[in-house]
Amino acid sequence: MPDLTTTYLGLQLKNPVVASASPISKKLEGIQRLEEAGASAVVMYSLFEEQITHESLALDHFLNRGTETFAESLTYFPDLERYNIGPEDYLELIHKAKQKVSIPVIGSLNGVSTGGWVEYARKIEEAGADALELNVYYLVTDPAITGAELEQNYIELVRNVRAQVRIPLAVKLSPFFTSLPNLAAQLASAGANGLVLFNRFMQPDLDIETLEVTPNLQLSTSAELRLPLRWIAILYGRVACDFALTSGVHTGQDVLKAMMAGANVAMLASELLQNGIGRISEILGEMTAWMEQYEYESIQQMHGSMSQKNVAEPAAYERANYMKALQSFDNKKLY
Amino acid sequence: MSTRQYVTIDGNEAVAHVAYRLSEVIAIYPITPSSAMGEWSDEWSAKNVPNLWGTVPMVVEMQSEGGAAGAVHGALQTGALTTTFTASQGLLLMIPNMFKIAGELTPAVIHVSARTLATHALSIFGDHSDVMACRSTGFAMLASRSVQEAHDLALIAHAATLEARVPFLHFFDGFRTSHEVQKIEQLSEEDLRAMIDEELVAAHRARALNPERPVLRGTAQNPDVYFQARETINPFYMRAPEVVQKTMDKFARLTGRAYHLFEYAGAPDAERVIIVMGSGAETAEETALYLNRQGEKVGVITVHLYRPFSADHLLKALPATVRSIAVLDRTKEPGAMGEPLYTDVVAAINEGLANGKAPFQQMPRMIGGRYGLSSKEFTPAMVKAVFDEMKKAEPRNHFVVGIVDDVTHNSLDFDPSFSISDPTTVQCVFFGLGSDGTVGANKNSIKIIGEETENYAQGYFVYDSKKSGSVTISHLRFGPKPQRAPYLIDQADFVACHQFSFLERLDITRYAKPGAVFLLNSIYGPDEVWDHLPREVQKDIIKKKLRFYVIDAYEVAQKTGMGGRINTIMQTCFFAISGVLPREQAIEEIKKSIRKTYGKRGEAVVQKNFEAVDSTLAHLFEVKVPAQVTSTFSRRPAVAPDAPEFVRAVLAPMMVFEGDNLPVSAMPVDGTFPTATAQYEKRNIALEIPEWDPNICIQCGKCVMVCPHAVIRMKVYDPALLEGAPATFKSTEAKFRELPGTRYTIQVAPEDCTGCALCVEACPAKDKTQVGRKALNMIPQPPVREQERENWNFFLTLPDIEPGKISVSTVKNAQLLRPLFEFSGACAGCGETPYLKLLSQLFGDRTVIANATGCSSIYGGNLPTTPWAKNAEGRGPAWANSLFEDNAEFGLGFRLTLDKLGEYARELLLALAPQLGSQLVDGLLNADQSTEPGIREQRERVAALKEALKSVKDPRAISLAAVADYLVRKSVWIVGGDGWAYDIGYGGLDHVLASGRNVNVLVLDTEVYSNTGGQASKSTPRAAVAKFAAKGKGLPKKDLGMIAMAYGYVYVARVAMGASDQQTLRAFLEADAYEGPSLIIAYSHCIAHGIDMRKGLDQQKLAVNSGIWPLYRYNPMLIEEGKNPLIIDSKDPSVDLQEYAYNETRYRMLVQADEARAEQLLKEAREDVRKRWNLYKQMAAIQYNGHDKEE
Repeated sequence: MPDLTTTYLGLQLKNPVVASASPISKKLEGIQRLEEAGASAVVMYSLFEEQITHESLALDHFLNRGTETFAESLTYFPDLERYNIGPEDYLELIHKAKQKVSIPVIGSLNGVSTGGWVEYARKIEEAGADALELNVYYLVTDPAITGAELEQNYIELVRNVRAQVRIPLAVKLSPFFTSLPNLAAQLASAGANGLVLFNRFMQPDLDIETLEVTPNLQLSTSAELRLPLRWIAILYGRVACDFALTSGVHTGQDVLKAMMAGANVAMLASELLQNGIGRISEILGEMTAWMEQYEYESIQQMHGSMSQKNVAEPAAYERANYMKALQSFDNKKLY
Repeated sequence: MSTRQYVTIDGNEAVAHVAYRLSEVIAIYPITPSSAMGEWSDEWSAKNVPNLWGTVPMVVEMQSEGGAAGAVHGALQTGALTTTFTASQGLLLMIPNMFKIAGELTPAVIHVSARTLATHALSIFGDHSDVMACRSTGFAMLASRSVQEAHDLALIAHAATLEARVPFLHFFDGFRTSHEVQKIEQLSEEDLRAMIDEELVAAHRARALNPERPVLRGTAQNPDVYFQARETINPFYMRAPEVVQKTMDKFARLTGRAYHLFEYAGAPDAERVIIVMGSGAETAEETALYLNRQGEKVGVITVHLYRPFSADHLLKALPATVRSIAVLDRTKEPGAMGEPLYTDVVAAINEGLANGKAPFQQMPRMIGGRYGLSSKEFTPAMVKAVFDEMKKAEPRNHFVVGIVDDVTHNSLDFDPSFSISDPTTVQCVFFGLGSDGTVGANKNSIKIIGEETENYAQGYFVYDSKKSGSVTISHLRFGPKPQRAPYLIDQADFVACHQFSFLERLDITRYAKPGAVFLLNSIYGPDEVWDHLPREVQKDIIKKKLRFYVIDAYEVAQKTGMGGRINTIMQTCFFAISGVLPREQAIEEIKKSIRKTYGKRGEAVVQKNFEAVDSTLAHLFEVKVPAQVTSTFSRRPAVAPDAPEFVRAVLAPMMVFEGDNLPVSAMPVDGTFPTATAQYEKRNIALEIPEWDPNICIQCGKCVMVCPHAVIRMKVYDPALLEGAPATFKSTEAKFRELPGTRYTIQVAPEDCTGCALCVEACPAKDKTQVGRKALNMIPQPPVREQERENWNFFLTLPDIEPGKISVSTVKNAQLLRPLFEFSGACAGCGETPYLKLLSQLFGDRTVIANATGCSSIYGGNLPTTPWAKNAEGRGPAWANSLFEDNAEFGLGFRLTLDKLGEYARELLLALAPQLGSQLVDGLLNADQSTEPGIREQRERVAALKEALKSVKDPRAISLAAVADYLVRKSVWIVGGDGWAYDIGYGGLDHVLASGRNVNVLVLDTEVYSNTGGQASKSTPRAAVAKFAAKGKGLPKKDLGMIAMAYGYVYVARVAMGASDQQTLRAFLEADAYEGPSLIIAYSHCIAHGIDMRKGLDQQKLAVNSGIWPLYRYNPMLIEEGKNPLIIDSKDPSVDLQEYAYNETRYRMLVQADEARAEQLLKEAREDVRKRWNLYKQMAAIQYNGHDKEE
């Protein structure tokens, strides 16, 4: 039986299969089922500061609307005892999860203001989270903002949070940076213990009948694995932090690829949403079988084995890859 | 040791606090102004607040007040301590049970916020006409005159009823006391415990129906014994006054507040005494004490226990010196010798003189008068007028005070400048918009002053009659002495105008006394504001030497994310200027109150408000007032000078809060008002209005169809008519096959639009090069107001399409018809009014409407104006509101008359045929009126008939002329909300549908009692939160349509205009065409759903697509054709219920409050949807044409 253990953010994990942020972790029962299925850690669904603010303002707006206007209907809703606007439920869930499961529970946070990031990070730490994933997402539309400014904001953010919390920090990034290695290195030196690559975003679609932009969330496929795989392979050994590969992990082979590229853990959500939480144990089975077949003793053994610095042809991760792909196309299909 | 605290609350809360704690079963039903007592009870019960005995009272909403009274009766009979709350017509519905409850000597308390009864008109405001209608029920009647008294006497009523075994009706003045916020000393649990005798509670239980020791009650008795049995109760009634006084004495020992059945205040040697009850007594007493200080020998008796009427106690309370007594009644009994309190007092004094119990030997001169009907102001000046009248040698009897009666000349003159206000009291008046949060902020201010300072404080709030863009006036008093002034402020130390535009039309500075502060929210700074004030305002400021401050609250609100809510900003200014607290402390207290009020809604809300408070003072400036009036413009008149005389003379003053000045002669004698008057009330409430782009428009008419206010209209007309059009008037080639060579215009009424933007949302035409732009786009109103007013006026001169000229079976064509329902004061974006407008377009010129009480009767018939309108020929809907519960029957009555008099007219025609000629008579009798041209031709025949009848000598000709109009086809539409149709009026509705008569019922289904503030009805769907369903409704919506379909001969349609306007149109046309009863249940999005009203139509689509609101038509005509009558017009559910539900606060707030329950209820609601959809599908699939074969 090969050894599947790994470490991530200083946490000892029984295997590299981690459940990433998804609606499954919205319930205690979901977290327990993840553990039962074999997940070595769970990243909680993200706490969105913006959403909390929005919900608060929206509730206030709709409860106020039309009130104190007409003598017969001075209000329209009963005044309920509480509305759970705020992070309390989220924190409570972390607290309860820590009591119910033995695997590490990693908080996930998407803030807006510096104050919000720091305040919520501390609260997540206080609630008992073993680590915190900063789900940083800022889509720049303003031409006046430079890439350097944006990156500096990210670094500052990590530094600010790091100064306030003791638990390990991971930063979940999008792939849209011109010099990812440089940013990664700066984030690590600002205090990030790990990088989670990459965040997937909802990409809106256009409805040409109604002429409307429609939100569209598609679950990932294994094909998406290649982007994070490449970047982890490049960053491994160059940037002093852990890596979690997320996006496109669906099979045991996907996890193994992630390990070989240099990831400490592989995170998955789409596969579980599509085919059930039970897939974790199947994936672990697939990994074990493969490792046994190819006589791997441990995950450690393959960790980073196919990273850019460890492969025979490092250039394969660079531009040549693109050239080769072009050449492999069937010309006939173009016509 | 009893620990009491001072709280600043309104009368309803003060009473509910006691009633809830002393009850086990509470049966409730919403009715203004008592609803809040039921709401408090429901909320406390939902929050598991226990009663005095540690158990949570069971609070049950019933289908009507009649139902509530029945449930109360039953709960009492089985031994529970039971209460209910009501007012006005609701109390009348309880009367049958009240006789029973009293006849059975059952301890119970009904708390009534006394309200005007509907007579010539409904009024939600306060007087004693409702409670006076209960005099013969056998209930004891206990009257409170202030918030503190209502709190105290509530307890005294609950305690005394147990001992007296006589049930109590405890009442206090609707609005004036029920809604006045006052600082009061709250009774503690210990107080309540000390007052309630547990043995008496046990005795009540022991009398309960119980199979362990069975008894029989409610027998039928006969002439031999009924009378004797009825007399058995006398000892209880004789003892009751003593029991009440004893209870009051015990209460006084406990709290130090002494009450008496008849409370005398004034000079011990008073010669003139007023006897009065309710809040007016407080005004009378304060005035008497003031006059005593001026040396006048006057006094006032406040009646607390009105029934049983204890003459002995009254006589003992009167000073022996009294020479003249005036009894004031807050009710009217037309045709009576005098109003009830007056006749009671006259009788008591006569008896007292006869039996020697009177403290005087000579009969005092006695007069009676009416005051304060429908919350009419009752001021010290009016009290003084009464005292002055009593001095006269021949004082007027049966007078009225507070109005000018120039018809029967019964009114007393009074000097409005007479004031008794204490110089230590600070009086403040604030003008705000309903939506700007002014009232909420003032309620907070009063609480801060009441609870954080030594001051006593009072707040009272006045609202206008509109649900959108309504003006609110807050009246705040505070000072070191208790605030005993239950009347409005007219000479304030502080006047604030929170909306600059009010100065254009309202006289606001008239409320300021000399030297007062005037605070104005203004976009103009301290150096420029002066030039933007109307002349009248400048003049007042200079003349009264007002200290004038400005703040740009809009800017502060905008910068701090407060939007249009300037509440905390203006509140901060008030505290900063008034100096009631040191500034820093005031800001701290405001913030504390913000956290208390909004804390539950999340930190973001709190912080936003804090920021607004912190940013305020830097924007507050005192204005250096110039010495001269410089303005070149005046306040604009309420209506245009060319408005009809009645509108100018009678309705216009009401529009500007000057209706109090209208004399009796100005009012119609029987409550009949002209229609088509909303057009004169140009409210200009929209900040933005839609602008039409003819190049993008596809002329579909959807915008016109959905407009809740009928402010966007389209016309097709002869191009020649464009001659003389204003330069900016837009038109384009009309795309109507039936109307070639014509022009087309969509025009907006800029001053009537509410800016709801539903039209923009409904517009399907997008600019191909810039899809964000549509054929309608919102633009700021002020810059285009003048131009568009001119365009609108020109548009009105273009002819309307003639009914019948074009088929109206499509939305596009139907929307060319002129709406005869326009410019209502409903909420901006209302989901109900588009259906009424459609009804008015299709059938308005031949429709009589019976309108149940509710939102639609308020925006349809609340003075000053009505949106129901007339066409160019002067025809239009004739509209009436009877009551809430009887609307279906009321409408059926219309039908019966139309049918009967139509029949009579036909009989007379036949009888007079020889004189009239067979051609005319045959034409009239055999007319095909199934089409609009057919109806038009019949109208012409009727006109010819009337003409012909003039020369017929037969006396029956006069009769026929009077009923000739009934020969023209008329439609009856019975309109109301779900509270009426599903609950209170359901029994009648069922009967009317069952009658088979040709009536059309339109249910504007908002799934809550919208008009009274969002209480659950049986239409409320599962999982939605509403008042009286604070935990989320746990049962599914009643399927009214299915019940109606069960008759087999009722046309039933379920429609949602936002989902399918075409299906809606078809349903209206089919319902009207069907010769039997029709029922249309119309999805009406509502402000009480907590949605973005602009997205109301999208929500309707989602409701249909989720399956929670299937569209269908059940047309019994199809059965005759061998077809299945049920046609489902919507597709299989395609989106999850959650996608619809969680866009609405009513569902979402349950997720926020109790996620587990929300999930469970949503799951069950999904199942409701699935089951019902399957049932409908199966019903629609049944083969109807096999019937004959089986036979």
